[in-house]
Amino acid sequence: MLVTPQLAVVLIFFYWPAAQAVLQSFLVQDAFGLSTTFVWFDNYKELLSQPDYFAAIVRTFVFSFAIALSSLSLALLLAVMADKPLRGVTLYRTLLIWPYAVAPPVAGVLWVFMLNPSLGVLSRGLSAIGIDWNPLLKGEQAALLIVLAAAWKQISYNFLFFLAGLQAIPKSVFEAAAIDGARPVRRFWTVTFPLLSPTIFFLLVVNIVYAFFETFGIIDTMTRGGPARATETMVYKVYQDGLLGGNLGGSAAQSVILMILVILLTAVEFRFVERKVTY
Amino acid sequence: MVEHEGIKRYVAHAILWIGIAIVAFPVYLAFIASTQDNAAIANGQMSLLPGGHLLQTYYQTIFVGTSGSTREPVGTMMFNSFVMAMLIAVGKIAISMISAYAIVYFRFPFRMAIFWVIFITLMLPVEVRIYPTYKIVADLNLLDSYAGLSLPLIASATATLLFRQFFMTVPDELLEASRIDGAGPLRFFWDTLLPLSRTNMAALFVILFILGWNQYLWPLLITTRDDMQTIQIGIRKMITTTDALTEWPIVMATAVLAMLPPVLVVVAMQKLFVRGLIETEK
Amino acid sequence: MAFRHFGAAAAVAVTLALASSPAHAVIEIQWWHAMTGGNNDVVIKLANDFNAAQSDYKVVPTYKGNYADTMNAGIAAFRANNAPHIMQVFEVGTATMMAATGAIKPVYKLMQETGETFDPTSYLPAISGYYSTSKGEMLSFPFNSSSAVMWVNLDALKKAAIAEIPKTWPQLFEDAKKLKAAGYDKCGFSNAWITWVNLEQLSAWHNLPLSTKANGLDGFDTVLEFNGPLQVKHLETLVELQKDKTYDYSGRTNTGEGRFTSGECPIYLTSSAFFGNVKSQAKFNFTNAPMPYYPDAQGAPQNSIIGGASLWVMGGKTPVEYKGVAKFLAFLSDTDRQVWVHKSSGYLPITKAAYAKAKQEGFYKDQPYLETPLIELTNKAPTENSRGLRLGNMVQLRDIWAEEIEQALAGKKTAKQALDAAVERGNVMLRQFEKTAVR
Repeated sequence: MLVTPQLAVVLIFFYWPAAQAVLQSFLVQDAFGLSTTFVWFDNYKELLSQPDYFAAIVRTFVFSFAIALSSLSLALLLAVMADKPLRGVTLYRTLLIWPYAVAPPVAGVLWVFMLNPSLGVLSRGLSAIGIDWNPLLKGEQAALLIVLAAAWKQISYNFLFFLAGLQAIPKSVFEAAAIDGARPVRRFWTVTFPLLSPTIFFLLVVNIVYAFFETFGIIDTMTRGGPARATETMVYKVYQDGLLGGNLGGSAAQSVILMILVILLTAVEFRFVERKVTY
Repeated sequence: MVEHEGIKRYVAHAILWIGIAIVAFPVYLAFIASTQDNAAIANGQMSLLPGGHLLQTYYQTIFVGTSGSTREPVGTMMFNSFVMAMLIAVGKIAISMISAYAIVYFRFPFRMAIFWVIFITLMLPVEVRIYPTYKIVADLNLLDSYAGLSLPLIASATATLLFRQFFMTVPDELLEASRIDGAGPLRFFWDTLLPLSRTNMAALFVILFILGWNQYLWPLLITTRDDMQTIQIGIRKMITTTDALTEWPIVMATAVLAMLPPVLVVVAMQKLFVRGLIETEK
Repeated sequence: MAFRHFGAAAAVAVTLALASSPAHAVIEIQWWHAMTGGNNDVVIKLANDFNAAQSDYKVVPTYKGNYADTMNAGIAAFRANNAPHIMQVFEVGTATMMAATGAIKPVYKLMQETGETFDPTSYLPAISGYYSTSKGEMLSFPFNSSSAVMWVNLDALKKAAIAEIPKTWPQLFEDAKKLKAAGYDKCGFSNAWITWVNLEQLSAWHNLPLSTKANGLDGFDTVLEFNGPLQVKHLETLVELQKDKTYDYSGRTNTGEGRFTSGECPIYLTSSAFFGNVKSQAKFNFTNAPMPYYPDAQGAPQNSIIGGASLWVMGGKTPVEYKGVAKFLAFLSDTDRQVWVHKSSGYLPITKAAYAKAKQEGFYKDQPYLETPLIELTNKAPTENSRGLRLGNMVQLRDIWAEEIEQALAGKKTAKQALDAAVERGNVMLRQFEKTAVR
């Protein structure tokens, strides 16, 4: 069967370790695995009794939607612009895709160069206008910083796929709509958008998953969950408790909860949003 | 398109430039930093224009390395990154296309279940699976090998989802036509679907190559020999987060150099972004 | 066609992927470390020198990421029966390593069993004490250590007409106000590593306990105690001074150190190992001084504690391999070598002999700021409160404490509330750790 190669890889390299991770969530263990105690649902109980955990869940949802939406809309706008036969369009496209290739550790450092309260290039500009930019102590600013940095990273990715999606729409469709006399903005909503909807759906799912899972690197480099947990998301907590704190059982329990939440969210997307997608 | 041509063009150009300013500014900053003086950078006094150290810094990066006398060959690391990225990109595309094809076009039991099985892999964070995955790779004796670097990363749910979306937009008439022509499923796949997927494959290739190129945590974990390390590890090695001196210009120069192969890939793939290859007339 | 290109590339890649690993001639000793930049070069040179001096063993150093990544790599490797021989672990990971009884081989046992020369008393007590049991048995080998000092911009002091470097905290606060008035309005003084400087070092320097059981050295059932009157008053003052930026918070770690070298913060407390950066990036006259103290605290100043990392020897290796490891550790302790490491990296010499030799060679005459941390560490014989600290889940503890301090600085809690919360939350983590540390 054709799906065998992918299934094989997935089973060996994903499900087997995942099963072990789930098993881990029922254990209390030291970092080296030398002493193991089976504790049933204790790890889960402990997690769910912490109000901070619920705050993290809410925060994660808010962040993720903010990141996904801002990144998607900006990318879509740029892709539509770059889809036109303009002079130098190849240059534009390259310049817009290229930032995706910045090495993650370097990207983190660059953001420090830009927005670190006293040393950042942009911070100097901000204080010149009179804004007190201090994400070290101001939670909302730290949150904004993370959303910006995470969204930025995805713009190139989304742009690329939107462009590919737009390119796959035949010229004839656009011409037909133009002849029909529709204005450009209307054309976009009634013709382009529906035809682009499979791509949009794909990107929506991917972006939300990305926002839930891949952002811990940015948070780790920039704010480490602070100040006062203003930027602590679920996945960062997993990372913090597990890899940094050595509390593998608790971290595994959090991952299981995170996974269940995202599966539910995606299932909702598939059920309700996919109905609106035209194939 | 007959309406107000001129203004629309200007608007488009303007929006694109603003977009580029936002998106590419950090890259610009990296380039600028590689041309300036280390003290200016560390003190937050970097100017926004290129400094005068361009030639000196790049020479040092390519031929000399950081302040010590020992250095890692950048060439070897770039090579490792390249092999890994290629393996991952090609492998992922091949495997997921096949799976998506099977899921969309064939009726078999547990079809949707299998799709979800593959899809769920997106949802368990790497950090939690990392110890068990490492153990498996070690047991299979794949440490310090290209296979170990790439294999665990090859199962891509994203690519499968993308192809599924795309395949579902392909009109049934094409399938009918190909059947009438007497073509079997493999033929259909090879002659019809594959060419149609060209733009998606190109986009995916760019993304996956870059993803593979930028991997840090996994190669770090499974390589113990310096000559198997990738360029990302090399860059990280130069950024000291504890107390020693970081030579920022050289770090940035290496990062800029490390971005060149992905840029080449992007430029090469641009050729495939040509509209009108596919005329799917109803 | 693009597909042919893919096919060819894939074929090449797969062939390469099947290439095998090289053969071993000599016994290899794997050393995983987290040293970057210039320090990476020091590590490599040490290994090369050792390898050149004998032909039975080969030390192979591998960079495995920052401290946290290196430790995780070691843990993952251990779980896969693939651990290195030597692993560099940061000081805050000491408790986790200590608790892993089967996974590690204590240094004193290693040296005993292999019969290599080893004299625990030749090491500087403030340094080796951190990594030893309360009986003085060395568990890990100190490698790179530093301490917290106060970096001072002399030109700034002159500008503000301050005659001498402040010795006490009250003096520092006064001077900071003067500096602010003299033009340093964004920052009178600041520091890196918020909890290290303002809780951990502060307590040790004033002979106050951070937690019970000798700050955890004597047992995992330690309980946090740093919310005493002195620490609370200290934080209260910082909160007050933060309001007009006489004191300005620079972050949890050391990303804000550039504020000193750029001249923005004329006084900055951070690690002594910062000197490399200062030397190359500060365009003004500078020096450093011991941390200030509160004169009304009894017994202050006591001695400072170290930061940095040590080398842990992993368990499960053969006696032959251990002999090589022991030889390497003895090699590292050699006086001349210590002096060289000290001079090249800024990290402190670990033996008394090395310190004495460097002093004798006049090393500190031109660079007195390199001796300051040593002066701090050897100021007095360490007490229960100042031998070091050993708390499980230390990374998380520091995050929790930093969070609470940040809340106080932002005016959301009083200093007392913040420190009380830090103690309470921290104790929860400690009990969690204790559960897993089965002895």
